[in-house]
Amino acid sequence: MPEWIQETKAHFIRWIIHLKREPFSMAFSLLNPVILLIFMGGAFQSLTRASIGQDYRAYLLPGILALTVLGNSLSGGISLLFDKENGFLSRVMSTPTSRASILVGRFLAVNVSTILQCLMMLGLGFLFGVPIATGVKGVFGLLGISLLLSFGVTILSLTLAFMLTNHGDFFAILGITVLPAGFLSSAFVPLDSLAPWMRLLAQANPMTYAVDGMRSLILSGGDGAALLRMAVVLLVFDGAALWLGMRVFRRQLA
Amino acid sequence: MPTAVVRVEALRKSYGPIQALNGISFEIEKGKIFGLLGPNGAGKTTTIKILATLVRADEGKAEIQGIDVFKEPDRARRLIGYVPQELTVDPYLTAAEHLRFYADLYHLPAAARQERMRELLELVGLTGQENRRVRSFSGGMKKKLDLACGLIHQPALILLDEPSLGLDVPVRRDLWSYMLRLKEHGITVLLCTNSMDEAERLCDEVAIVDRGGLAARGSPTTLKSQLKKDVVSLEIAPSDGDHEKKRDTLIQALSRLSRVQGVVKDGVQVKIYVESNETALPEILQCAGALSIEINTITYSRPGLDEVFLHYTGRPWTGDPKTHA
Repeated sequence: MPEWIQETKAHFIRWIIHLKREPFSMAFSLLNPVILLIFMGGAFQSLTRASIGQDYRAYLLPGILALTVLGNSLSGGISLLFDKENGFLSRVMSTPTSRASILVGRFLAVNVSTILQCLMMLGLGFLFGVPIATGVKGVFGLLGISLLLSFGVTILSLTLAFMLTNHGDFFAILGITVLPAGFLSSAFVPLDSLAPWMRLLAQANPMTYAVDGMRSLILSGGDGAALLRMAVVLLVFDGAALWLGMRVFRRQLA
Repeated sequence: MPTAVVRVEALRKSYGPIQALNGISFEIEKGKIFGLLGPNGAGKTTTIKILATLVRADEGKAEIQGIDVFKEPDRARRLIGYVPQELTVDPYLTAAEHLRFYADLYHLPAAARQERMRELLELVGLTGQENRRVRSFSGGMKKKLDLACGLIHQPALILLDEPSLGLDVPVRRDLWSYMLRLKEHGITVLLCTNSMDEAERLCDEVAIVDRGGLAARGSPTTLKSQLKKDVVSLEIAPSDGDHEKKRDTLIQALSRLSRVQGVVKDGVQVKIYVESNETALPEILQCAGALSIEINTITYSRPGLDEVFLHYTGRPWTGDPKTHA
């Protein structure tokens, strides 16, 4: 087995063990999306029927999926920051493991947990009777879009882990980012119903395009234009995140 | 000439305005236990982190088995096992999962791994505990596992930063016996410590580090015998108010005595360095009597490493946790 596979696998396995033995941390990061889907979905059900023209939970589900991706992937770097704080990372850095394998191992594990969470949210949607217009193919499509969004967000999170020195700052950033990013996108309401300044910000938010793409898979048979826009925006976003991340990692992990 | 496993030359390192290393140099021969002894902040950890390829020196050279740690860190990393001061075990993993993790980071083939894991678990007395999560381990067990992780790839050199910090006496003894066993296997040990006791018992050679430089180097026995001194420690009887003044007067008077080579304050005690206590004791007592200063206790001893430290740095030893507390 090539050395880099052996190392990356070792890091990946460590994080998967964490995932299995730390179910509460997953439950905790699912808390917000679940509350939003069940309670906000329920509360606005009749209020929005006239303006949105369909079941609000079905309308909300793609927004919640994107929010799940954002919340979980953006917090993915915290574990590395903990490793940095308690000396585990230094110890690992004194071994002949490549620096890239540390990042890739974590990156893969974060994406696995994000996809697991998305599946749970889709399951919850199913329980509440949200049909997916494009069926099983659509589910794969939704997971694909989730991954495209998660890719860039996870890299940003790992970058943050190397830029910050304590996890308190990281939690603060998470706290002021995730929910506002949801409201400044098409996750909860159509863009047209946002105030102009909010709409402007929402149009600059990659989440909007992920949500629009997902929504077209859930509500209709899939809107080619929305999916194309989504793919372009998310690929640019991922590329930018990777470029930024590499700059930081090169400096911090030399 | 025996081959040096570690060769460090004129290392300098500053962190902003703080100079951590001020041109430190030493070599360690194969199979020796070498101790860097000094108080906290003397530069021990910086030295060990440079050898562990985690910190780059500003100037100087550091080689492990002839490999430059700055130019070829990756080759150097294959030769060392680094066990940091803090516990670096992962509470969610079992002991066996730790060893497997490090075996993979050191690219051990899967076939060699099982046997090596068994040996190490036995060495550190964790056989039978390997499938327990480390969360439930005691501090001593965690430290033992930490050490085992650093040995998985049979390194030529093991770097131990304050290994027995915060451990109770039986666990310390266990760790010491492992280190002596490593030495039997030809593994070179670099040990940072601020425990005199640890340095005296384990180290073939000790380097006293003070303010980023080496104050002295040699085997504990040589260092002590070089002093050619006895130490008389006395404590004057408690009295109100002028206690400090009395002690200072006594120190001044004592340092004028012909048989006295040096006098220093060490906490509540006054330490007097003399060539031989037989001839010096009566003189010291007379001197105190003449000043009508009452002496509470007086003892004498052969010098220990703390006297060596004092002699070379001019300051009393305060690094040992025992005297700290």
